[in-house]
Amino acid sequence: MLKLPIYLDHNATTPCDPRVVETMIPYFTNNFGNAASRNHPFGWQAEEAVDNARVQVAKLIGADPKEIIFTSGATEADNLAIKGVYEMYASKGNHIITCNIEHKAVLDTCKHIEKEGGEVTYLKVNPDGLIDLKELEAAIKPTTILIAIMYANNEVGTVMPMKEISALAKKNGILVFSDATQAVGKIPVDVNKDGIDLLAMTAHKMYGPKGIGALYVRRKNPRVKVTAQMDGGGHERGMRSGTLNVPGIVGFGKACELAMLEMDTDAKRLSALRDKLENALINIEEAYVNGSRRYRLPHVTNISFKHVEGEGLLMGFNKDIALSSGSACTSASLEPSYVLKALGLGDDLAHSSLRFGLGRFTTEEQIDYTIEAVTKTVNKLREMSPLWEMYKEGIDLSTIEWAHH
Amino acid sequence: MAYSEKVIGHYQNPKNVGTLDKSKSNVGTGLVGAPECGDVMRLQIEVDETTGMIKDAKFKTFGCGSAIASSSLATEWLKGKSIDEAAKIDNMEIVEELHLPPVKIHCSVLAEDAIKAAINDYRKKNGMPELKFEESVVH
Repeated sequence: MLKLPIYLDHNATTPCDPRVVETMIPYFTNNFGNAASRNHPFGWQAEEAVDNARVQVAKLIGADPKEIIFTSGATEADNLAIKGVYEMYASKGNHIITCNIEHKAVLDTCKHIEKEGGEVTYLKVNPDGLIDLKELEAAIKPTTILIAIMYANNEVGTVMPMKEISALAKKNGILVFSDATQAVGKIPVDVNKDGIDLLAMTAHKMYGPKGIGALYVRRKNPRVKVTAQMDGGGHERGMRSGTLNVPGIVGFGKACELAMLEMDTDAKRLSALRDKLENALINIEEAYVNGSRRYRLPHVTNISFKHVEGEGLLMGFNKDIALSSGSACTSASLEPSYVLKALGLGDDLAHSSLRFGLGRFTTEEQIDYTIEAVTKTVNKLREMSPLWEMYKEGIDLSTIEWAHH
Repeated sequence: MAYSEKVIGHYQNPKNVGTLDKSKSNVGTGLVGAPECGDVMRLQIEVDETTGMIKDAKFKTFGCGSAIASSSLATEWLKGKSIDEAAKIDNMEIVEELHLPPVKIHCSVLAEDAIKAAINDYRKKNGMPELKFEESVVH
């Protein structure tokens, strides 16, 4: 049975797995205690639940439970990692290396660092969406304290060579931070095998609740410290004050446990569905996959349909199918996705892109329906597109002098 | 952001999609916008040479739903108007008719620009001086 509407925007957020919600519920009502209350059973119960969840989260990324700092989500974890390292290691240097397709939570934090007097190098990516390790090596200076590279990109799903990046960092005595929001729970991530010193993650991208995430902070080889960004009761080993979100943490833990058990089967099933979708859609004339098809998350594809505009395309089926576009027709700047532009796409192709993010509850019927709806709408809009008509007449669109408005 | 019913209506059933023969002297063509901006509109008018009235109008648009709706609506309004009347169509009338939100006003501006460009193309072809238009305020 086909279930509508179809949700294919799992890079934005995922639904809570019902099994996650079930484990959370008692912690709103009966077991409502403050995990920091040391003197009564309400507190002990909450503390035990948090400890248990900390083990579940740590296990998923091969960490020690003591290395998990709960935060409100990945944005806070990104801020805490970058600002915290910048302040803690000020005596060692003030240079950070990152790349230009990071999430805004990383890029804007780096801009903040620059305003504070720090120095940031933004590495470019190649058309596959990957950084060049030689460029990374060349960017390293005696003052470099941190390399901040995302594990997997949110728009195109490409996966960075984390092992190679951390090997270079280690050789030069530099810490590695990775925003692994899109990767954790989807592909195997292991902080020790990958050589990562700090790692940001969030529950709501992996079938857990919104409003809870974590920063992994390495305790051994080397022992890493970050300065707290909020003053308060000194929770989370003094790195993140604030009463713990016990129901959220319990849900996050359960989501990690489920991911650990089901990641492989999910990934196999979803990559098969993703490939079916992608192969059908690139069969359409002038349709292109954006980013590497090899180094990529199993459930993501990003495709540009030349000469049709993404937002117009979405409107053809957005009652039934939830998707994202790299077009930014609604934003005041009219600027399309900076990620796609960083991959070398022209503005026109960036405006023509759709991002498909499949998830645990996506069915084959839904993919079949999506293939049909997208194909139909692309064809319909091309009939309406002056650019398509010119292209078909053999006119080189780059020779036309467009009136920019 | 939800679209108005009128925008959805034009998007689903656009009026006057197509191409007129631009080599004809009584056809005026306006091509405005740019692919990099995510909007390109081509609007064409065919003028009845005896009456001076616009007897047909066609469009093709690359853009979002509001851009498609704005150009579809413009072609509807153009038919049956004289070119002088057509030159008076203001983008704010399109905004009101389609209930466009502020972020989509540029779509209506583009439609107005396309109308003017088509009229001037027709005037130029027929030895008339091009009309000077004030820059639209909202861009």
